[in-house]
Amino acid sequence: MSSSLFEEVQTPPSGDISVRRVTINVNGEPRTADIEPRLLLADLLRQGLALTGTHKGCDTTNCGACTVLFDGRPVKSCTMLAAQADGHNVQTVEGLGTASELDPVQEGFKQEHGLQCGFCTPGMMMSAKALLERNPNPTEDEIRWALSGNLCRCTGYQNIVKAVLWAAEKMRSN
Amino acid sequence: MYPSRFKYEAPKTLEEAIALLDAGKGDAKVLAGGQSLVPMLKLRFAFPDQIVDINNIPDLDYHRFDADGTLRIGALCRHEDLEHSQTIALGQPTIAAAAPLVADPIVRTRGTFVGSVCHADPQGDWAAAMIALGGHMIVQGPKGKRTIDMKDFVLGPYTNAMNYNEIAIEAVIPAPKGVARGGYLKLERRVGDFATASVAVSLDMDGGKVLRAGIALAGVGGKTIDANAEAAFLVGKELSPSNIVKVAELVAAKAEPRTDHRGSSEYKRQIVRTFVTRILTAQSAQKVA
Repeated sequence: MSSSLFEEVQTPPSGDISVRRVTINVNGEPRTADIEPRLLLADLLRQGLALTGTHKGCDTTNCGACTVLFDGRPVKSCTMLAAQADGHNVQTVEGLGTASELDPVQEGFKQEHGLQCGFCTPGMMMSAKALLERNPNPTEDEIRWALSGNLCRCTGYQNIVKAVLWAAEKMRSN
Repeated sequence: MYPSRFKYEAPKTLEEAIALLDAGKGDAKVLAGGQSLVPMLKLRFAFPDQIVDINNIPDLDYHRFDADGTLRIGALCRHEDLEHSQTIALGQPTIAAAAPLVADPIVRTRGTFVGSVCHADPQGDWAAAMIALGGHMIVQGPKGKRTIDMKDFVLGPYTNAMNYNEIAIEAVIPAPKGVARGGYLKLERRVGDFATASVAVSLDMDGGKVLRAGIALAGVGGKTIDANAEAAFLVGKELSPSNIVKVAELVAAKAEPRTDHRGSSEYKRQIVRTFVTRILTAQSAQKVA
């Protein structure tokens, strides 16, 4: 998708629809943007803030590739208006770790080969992160249940589940 | 995909929100969880001039039992709140059984019980549960509050009985006459798909005897199917195998399934029959234990 879409919706709309100024805490940093109300959170992150780790897969609330944490809970960022995030905390996959210091969830996906093409991975990791925050010692069934809103079309899920089990163990031993 | 252009307000009081709806004269929509509305905006099935986001209105995210056992669910109570609620797990078995089956875990963090009832999707879980539970909705408009019985609330697919300037503020489930029992079963091809067929059952029991019975179906008709009249067969009776077979037959006959890519009409009717039997048999087993 070209970057022109973001500019297009930033163009002041005709009539009486006003552009809103929002400040969203993204990965621990306040980010301020002027947006049109119909801008989706996924597009603000990807095109406005250039945080392209959040992927857009289906754009119809099915696949979960765009999952981010909204005040700590997983949400599909294609199914939320950016305006709704004003004053809230959003964590994207970029906020999980750094290249030199991976989050245990990221390390788990690396260790257990929890991805092939990698498209669903950011959403998988954010759902897994939310699960482990709430339940540090999940069973395999609980992991499958928690990830059931995230679709992967490559791996058949087996290694993704192993990756989350690996991350859970790592987090418990820390 | 982009919604068409709209104005957006996120008022902090119900009164302001209602005033915005009133000024919208039918072209304003309430945004609660947004898990049905935002997809509809993106597909441009819905194209309101004004979105009234109620998420900043305080004290609407509750679910609680009154002292007399009446259950009240506020407009911003999310599916996930009900799924993880000890209160619900202990006190309302139909809702406890349905909550983990609504949509998928990510949608459940945002979507609301009341919003789902208002959306009136023929395949929606909560409208079916509310009909079986004999619940009612409390809605508030410029002239104050009024109560709409669930049997009058869903008028048809995606159509409810509210005026354009009203907001559904609370779903109410009356106190059971005896012990609340019940269950919810849904067949879906994969998590998050629309239901092939769902069955909601609510019973008020006195020992082994049924004092009140409610059954409603989703996914097997042009709107949520109210089978409470058929369920009433059980009133005053025990949950014996023969009574269960009889009521399952009555309820299955009430379904209006259509053959589609999720299955043939006869298959769906058989699922209804099976689910009614399973839920009721589980209740009768509980009684013995």
